[in-house]
Amino acid sequence: MLRIENLTAEVDGKPILKGLSLEVKAGEVHAIMGPNGAGKSTLSYVLGGRPGYEVTGGSVTFTSPEGESLDLLELDPHERAAAGLFLGFQYPVEIPGVSNVQFLREALNAQRKERGEDALSGGEFLKLAKEKAGLLRMDMDMLKRQVNVGFSGGEKKRAEMVQMGILAPSFAVLDETDSGLDIDALRVVGEGINQIMRGDNKAVLLITHYQRLLDVVKPDRVSVLADGRIVQTAGPELALRLEEEGYDAVMAEVAA
Amino acid sequence: MEAATVTRPTTRDEDWRYADADFLASADAAHLAHWATYEVPEGETLRHAAIHTSGDASAGGFERIRVHVGKGGRYEAFHVIAGGKYQRIEIEVTLEEGAHFEFGGVTLGGGDKIQEFVTRTIHAHPNATSNQTVRAVQWGQSKGNFLGRIEVARDAQKTDAAQNFRAILLEKGASANTKPELEIFADDVQCAHGAAIGELDQNAAYYMAARGIPPQLARKLLVQAFIGDAFVELDEADTRERLLEAALEQLEEAAL
Repeated sequence: MLRIENLTAEVDGKPILKGLSLEVKAGEVHAIMGPNGAGKSTLSYVLGGRPGYEVTGGSVTFTSPEGESLDLLELDPHERAAAGLFLGFQYPVEIPGVSNVQFLREALNAQRKERGEDALSGGEFLKLAKEKAGLLRMDMDMLKRQVNVGFSGGEKKRAEMVQMGILAPSFAVLDETDSGLDIDALRVVGEGINQIMRGDNKAVLLITHYQRLLDVVKPDRVSVLADGRIVQTAGPELALRLEEEGYDAVMAEVAA
Repeated sequence: MEAATVTRPTTRDEDWRYADADFLASADAAHLAHWATYEVPEGETLRHAAIHTSGDASAGGFERIRVHVGKGGRYEAFHVIAGGKYQRIEIEVTLEEGAHFEFGGVTLGGGDKIQEFVTRTIHAHPNATSNQTVRAVQWGQSKGNFLGRIEVARDAQKTDAAQNFRAILLEKGASANTKPELEIFADDVQCAHGAAIGELDQNAAYYMAARGIPPQLARKLLVQAFIGDAFVELDEADTRERLLEAALEQLEEAAL
């Protein structure tokens, strides 16, 4: 579903991704783990097309559920979203003066328009929003508030998952969605990811530091990202080993 | 009575320092000296809401409004300046005891437009309040200006006056000027003023793009939220919508 080949990228002229290759198949939850500064967030922003993250080489091919093959790097950020990519932010942005309801309705209808589908009416949208907010146990009153303004860290992450539920992407890149969550919120968010993103035609790239999210969202594959490259890919047991032995031990083994 | 004694203002006059010199030179001096005057009787409310959108071909225009607000009365003025080479709204308000002046102003334009609000708020007696919110959105070589003078007389104790100006410059070359001026002769008063000039929030714009909102729509939503501040106190929803729409129409016609 997503094939990254020999991707290189830099930020402010500094190389961060140094020939990263990775394949995520449909139906898969693929966890990316790695030490601080390895390039995990850069990878997510490069996939999301954030200005300032300059791709200097390599390719990213995204295959839509309809089987259409897209050169992701050629698309503008909003076109990537319409094609089915969702980027979960490590630090969701506050937008004063714009309500969640307005923001998400505009976003969903812009995506639908880009795909040649009809816009949802106000009533249809609210029904959908209510359903998805319920899934994440979020009060509808929160959706009427301004985007992320005054939300706690945990509420922001929960709101991100409500957004994901409403926008219904086929591929989600979730950058440290577990940070800032207490144990109960982690479970709610993790179960939300399972309900929204598990499916034959969907996939998730789950960037995380900790096993605790992977206890709820069980990964099919785990890759270690270090110094701008994927250095190891294995089954879910790799995450457990990393948790026990640390990155240094596991990576030393790879180097040997 | 005035014709013989009127002197034409120039940009050397403090209140006209940011005005369009060509306009002043060619305008009719007697007309420039004309004030529309209003009296708000004790305990009553007068509201003005207007959109100023003379076309690009027009040299522009101006209005000078002088209002006397009786005890406990309320004067509300909401203006959108979105057209004309030079457009100026000048308001002078004298507040009796316990009276209130509410002002919301938006300038929005490109090209070489000069758009300005000039207010003079005279707190002549105790317990009067005033609140002024001005938002400027400029592109091209345009200028958005706000000159706000607040005068608090010696016996106008318990005056509460607030003034806030913020500008967003969408392109290099556009500018905004503001000059708050406080003359306070009473000792038990609250006068707050704030000003900020910046660019459109690029983080918010990218967050919107990542959810599928194209750049032009993102800009519109962010500008809408920004200028909406000026009309928060306008509790007539229809009028508020009308003002916002007129402003945003100008933005949509702009080739940015």
